[in-house]
Amino acid sequence: MNRFSPYSFGLAVLVVILLALLPLYGSPYTVILVTSIIMYAALTVSWVMFSGPTGNVSLAPAAFMGMGIYTAASLGKFLPLPLVIVVGAAASLLLALLVGALTLRLKGLYFSIFTFGLVLLLRQLVLWYEVTFTHTRGRFVVVIDNTTIFYVMLAIFVVLLVTAYLLRRSKYGAALEAIGEDEEAAAHAGVNVTAIKTIIFGVSALFMGATGAIMATKWTYIDPYIAFDPFFSFMPVLMAVFGGMATFVGPIIGAAVFGLLEELLLTQFPFYYMLMFGIILVVAITYLPNGLTGLVMKWKKGGRTANHANP
Amino acid sequence: MRILEGKKLTKFFGGLAAVSEVDFDVDHGEIVGLIGPNGAGKTTLFNLISGAIIPDSGALEFKGQKLTGLKAHLVCRAGVARTFQSVRVFPNMTALGNVSLGGVFGKGMSSAAAAAAAEELLDFVGLAGAASTRAGDLTLAHQKRLEVARALATRPEVMLLDEVIAGLNLTEAGEVMDLITRIRDRGITILMIEHVMKAIMSICNRIIVLHHGEKIAEGSPAEITSNETVIKIYLGK
Repeated sequence: MNRFSPYSFGLAVLVVILLALLPLYGSPYTVILVTSIIMYAALTVSWVMFSGPTGNVSLAPAAFMGMGIYTAASLGKFLPLPLVIVVGAAASLLLALLVGALTLRLKGLYFSIFTFGLVLLLRQLVLWYEVTFTHTRGRFVVVIDNTTIFYVMLAIFVVLLVTAYLLRRSKYGAALEAIGEDEEAAAHAGVNVTAIKTIIFGVSALFMGATGAIMATKWTYIDPYIAFDPFFSFMPVLMAVFGGMATFVGPIIGAAVFGLLEELLLTQFPFYYMLMFGIILVVAITYLPNGLTGLVMKWKKGGRTANHANP
Repeated sequence: MRILEGKKLTKFFGGLAAVSEVDFDVDHGEIVGLIGPNGAGKTTLFNLISGAIIPDSGALEFKGQKLTGLKAHLVCRAGVARTFQSVRVFPNMTALGNVSLGGVFGKGMSSAAAAAAAEELLDFVGLAGAASTRAGDLTLAHQKRLEVARALATRPEVMLLDEVIAGLNLTEAGEVMDLITRIRDRGITILMIEHVMKAIMSICNRIIVLHHGEKIAEGSPAEITSNETVIKIYLGK
């Protein structure tokens, strides 16, 4: 709940400006790579918005992202891009509110399993619909140039960051934190637990849907297996844990490092990529329980105590 | 003036009646004690009143209005706050954050107003210096007071205190008893569960005794101490 110092705020603005100018000085390859890193960061920050404070591990990101992807694939031909993204986000929001109202009473593992089931359910549902009614599988997505995708993704990410930051500092952020610590005690202190959980779950899904809607245009062809890929459910969890959830920037750093690492391993060691990725993950979780940012904070603290020890 | 009333409250857990046809009433400004052996249904009765669970039958009224079936947060906003038998503060939030939350959500105050009110309440319960301390780092005695402050922050008219004295040493217990009377002096009616008989007898106006989910006696402390059924149950004759 720390306030941003003017220093960190300035740094954030600087990073956003540098990113915004990237297509001017970066290669097309860099632009595509950074777009996918921002996508990961957006998914992770959205995920942390709900699952961070409550400790309820949602495995639904792929479902919400898939809603956005399919919206873009279905409506891309008929509607202008901004509207497609708004519809994709709204579809995700609606799904999350519906699912949230039904299932946010579930605790711990049960909630995680249900949310994961949602991904598989939607995938099968869309597949069944296509096979039965349209007699096709998958569809082509209207292609948009990479620079536009990059800017739209960046814009969504900036709106998301501002939302997440304001939410975290608002009374709803405090309520969500209290719910995470002791749901029953929060209810008896006057917090409408179901409403707050459902709404914040919805807001987090909204951004996942928007992310899916814009990223779909990058993939030209999608089918239910691509759109509702469980990979997108696990990545935000891993990135948040890897970066550390104690601070606001932790998940972003986690997503950035993870995204770069993935690209590096994938291009340099295409055959051992998954193996190395797995090893790094195991090491990170074993030795960095509080993630990368936790490590940095520990160093800082260690440095300070050392100073005290040497008068 | 009657402020809280329960009529034939009943709650079954499985086939067992945890609370069975219990009638009770509490008048404005009273301190009423709720006693009984372990498993008598005291905490279940508190859970029924505070909306944590819904009675199978019977009715609850608060200031003449129906309270039965309201969810916990609405019971709290209506003006009935509670504390828990095993302390339940928000351990990773500051003491001030714990109390502010009650003001913001229980009473609908702005964050700034709630923080100011929380400062005053921390002072009132004797935790003035602990505002920025993480709640989980406080001693048990202080966590209990913090819970009381959080409940007070919702500006209740009735407070349900579940064993706030149990587990404290003699000095701490005396301080909390003093705190309870000071809360009453603020015009808040108190219904309290307590095993520490000395405390109950000295501060309660009236005592209700539960046993196996049923109300077996009710009266002034003097009447209760001389009640034969109560003596039988407590002394195990």
